[in-house]
Amino acid sequence: MNKELKASAPTDSEIVLGILNNSEIVLKKLYTTYFPMVLQLIINNNGNEDDAKDIYQEAIIVLYNKVKSGQFELSSKLKTYIYSVCRRLWLKRLSQMNRYGGDIRDFEEYLPVDDEVDNHNERDIQFDKMENALQLLGEPCKTIMEDFYIHNRSMQDICERFGYTNADNAKTQKYKCLQRLKKLFFQQ
Amino acid sequence: MSDNQLTELIERYLNDEMSHDERIEFELLRKNDAAVDSRVTEHKQFIGLLKQYGERLELQKRLDAIHDEIDVHALKEEVTIHPAWIVQLWRHHHSKISVAASIAIFAILSTLFFTGKLNSHDSRFVELRDEVNRIKVSNDQLKKTVNTSLINAKATRPKPSNPGNFRGTGFALSSNGYIVTNYHVIKDADSVYVQNAMGESFHSKVIYTEPQNDIAILEINDSTFKNLGAVPYNFKKSSTDLGENVFTFGYPGGEVVFGPGALTSATGYQGDTTEYQVSIPVNPGNSGGPLLDDKGNVIGIINGKQTQVAGAAFAVKSSYLLKAIQNIPSDSLTKSLTLNSKNTLAGLSRPQQLKKLKNYVFMVKVYNQ
Repeated sequence: MNKELKASAPTDSEIVLGILNNSEIVLKKLYTTYFPMVLQLIINNNGNEDDAKDIYQEAIIVLYNKVKSGQFELSSKLKTYIYSVCRRLWLKRLSQMNRYGGDIRDFEEYLPVDDEVDNHNERDIQFDKMENALQLLGEPCKTIMEDFYIHNRSMQDICERFGYTNADNAKTQKYKCLQRLKKLFFQQ
Repeated sequence: MSDNQLTELIERYLNDEMSHDERIEFELLRKNDAAVDSRVTEHKQFIGLLKQYGERLELQKRLDAIHDEIDVHALKEEVTIHPAWIVQLWRHHHSKISVAASIAIFAILSTLFFTGKLNSHDSRFVELRDEVNRIKVSNDQLKKTVNTSLINAKATRPKPSNPGNFRGTGFALSSNGYIVTNYHVIKDADSVYVQNAMGESFHSKVIYTEPQNDIAILEINDSTFKNLGAVPYNFKKSSTDLGENVFTFGYPGGEVVFGPGALTSATGYQGDTTEYQVSIPVNPGNSGGPLLDDKGNVIGIINGKQTQVAGAAFAVKSSYLLKAIQNIPSDSLTKSLTLNSKNTLAGLSRPQQLKKLKNYVFMVKVYNQ
């Protein structure tokens, strides 16, 4: 399977374009192409396949966000970029778990990507806070917030779903929920 | 304006749902009121984060779906760097290997132990102290009869009739009861008795030992002990030449035994320069006996023999005995230890010499558990 995929590996610019166009096929190709490389890195440096999955997905997210935000320049091979991010993330994880022996077994060349990984981690912290705040918010506020702000549903839809008699009631409820969500978020 | 209304305005403003006039009015409000302006920025950021969070969740879901299609297990096998087969063997079976190795080591050690190979002593060299128990067991019947007669006949005699666990020989250094023997004879002793040619036993105390030269000095501290009279031999300081006729006198059995021979080498077992090699028939029990030359000078102390060579026995040189005597701490000596310098044996015939010597050679009996 691996060899087949390698034969049909997409070019780097194809991937960048595909991400910008939200192409599911390209994302899948990207994912399957470089996963073995990362699995090799993690498995042979004190990790298991679940660690590899976590680290690799984080790296893909870093790449994805960078491309989406228009900051990505193809100055190096995508492969090298992904490897470098994974390597950096894994080193951080290892030192957090006190499993880092001071040495890592490398399989590819790599670039310094400290800033990007740090930015990513900061954003992760924000997302964790948001997740916590949403959990604490409870129903039905959580679903209202998700439906309206994340899934971009109309107030009309939400009204029907929750059985509000008129849109004004729903609106008031929504603002109350938002108020509480903000409070919960900033309290952390 | 209530909080909710302001939020609604901000949302409409950000979502571009305001009419032209409304928009101008709101922008004016925002410009004049800093609180409103910061509310707008904050709301924008917060909703942005919420939206990004949603996007992240979605992306994660998509990636998970893709991941589920990958056969991770097969890939893992492929990318794992397999260590050499010997390392794998160790990783998988190290407990079994360890157990096997422990058993093997234990077996080897116990074999060595039971065959006596582990003993630091070379099996070709034996120290000549006599283990009396051996004889006691084999002569069990005989001893019984002797014991009963002993009890009957000598009930009044307070001296211990037990021959001791180990036996060696010793000889007097001075007339007031200092006796020298081998260290290996009295080592681990609980108590030590010396017995003279008349069969009288005296309790003795070990006052000084030199394990490296196999020398031990005893002092008779028994109230029944009387002065021996002047010691007839003296101690030779220089070394003796090869070929000299020498003899020993000791207790390999219950009776004092004369052993004639010659000095055959200036070094002892395996070239040990502290010893002589002599050709004298010696047996267990001879250890600690004096080695004398023709004129009656003490030239050494018998201490061992080589088992696989006929007629090779060893004796500690007298110069080491003299050194040992000098090394005795003065507070260990309750009486003065003055060596005799006059030799009254010179010129006498051998039987005459032995008759005089007999009173100064003792059987050393060692008791321990």
